[in-house]
Amino acid sequence: MQYLIAFLVGGTICALAQLVLDHTKLAPPHVLVGLTVLGAILSGFGIYEPFVKFAGAGALIPVCGFGNAIATGMLQEVKRLGWEGLFTGAFEITGLGVTAAVVFGSVIALVSKPKD
Amino acid sequence: MDPQQKAKQEAYQKLVKEHSPKPNAWKHVMWAFLIGGAICVLGQLMLDIFTKLERTETEAAAATLAAMIFLGAVATGLGFYDDLAEIGGAGTAVPITGFANTVVAAAMEFRREGIILGMGSKMFVIAGPVLVFGILSGFIVTLIRALLTGLF
Repeated sequence: MQYLIAFLVGGTICALAQLVLDHTKLAPPHVLVGLTVLGAILSGFGIYEPFVKFAGAGALIPVCGFGNAIATGMLQEVKRLGWEGLFTGAFEITGLGVTAAVVFGSVIALVSKPKD
Repeated sequence: MDPQQKAKQEAYQKLVKEHSPKPNAWKHVMWAFLIGGAICVLGQLMLDIFTKLERTETEAAAATLAAMIFLGAVATGLGFYDDLAEIGGAGTAVPITGFANTVVAAAMEFRREGIILGMGSKMFVIAGPVLVFGILSGFIVTLIRALLTGLF
């Protein structure tokens, strides 16, 4: 059942993004930024967390989950450290993913032959 | 070009426009839905596995994101992700695997401009804005929330 919900919710977010891409002049980076900001804002209002509980990976995997992870990490760190958390929290949860992207990206770029 | 031929060409262009398939909006949207949904199902599988292995939900979520980023990176390296993106559109761009794809694809593409000036500086050419505005918006909402709930 959780798999079906993840499929439907994740798919719907992607389909909505595709609709926006097809019917406006916005480019993919605009839509990705918009979704990320939306995720961070919903997270700030405490709405994203129940959404993750409901949809699981359907809420975590789309890029709005990335915005949620940034805001959630900040809030956690603010609770732990105070105002410094605003500056240390962004990568508390997402750091793992960003570092993974940098490491895998570099390794792959260095070992693969550049395409012409 | 004489005016008669020009008029003919214009009429032909119009005909082409009328008969060429509409940008097939619904087909795009359907593929985005199916492929985006399928990637999320894969993510759910990872999440279930890591929920058993990790201690907290946050750790399980972080491990899931890393695993999906790894998969996206490898699929990009093999050239498979770009083929999938031709069909999937937003269905491949919006999931976190798409984030990995933009980083790895940029790293691969700009590698030939040099390791530092090419790969290093252009790796985040698309993912950069996502980070910048994610951090800015997260900062603002968290600041407001902390002020309102008296966390400082």
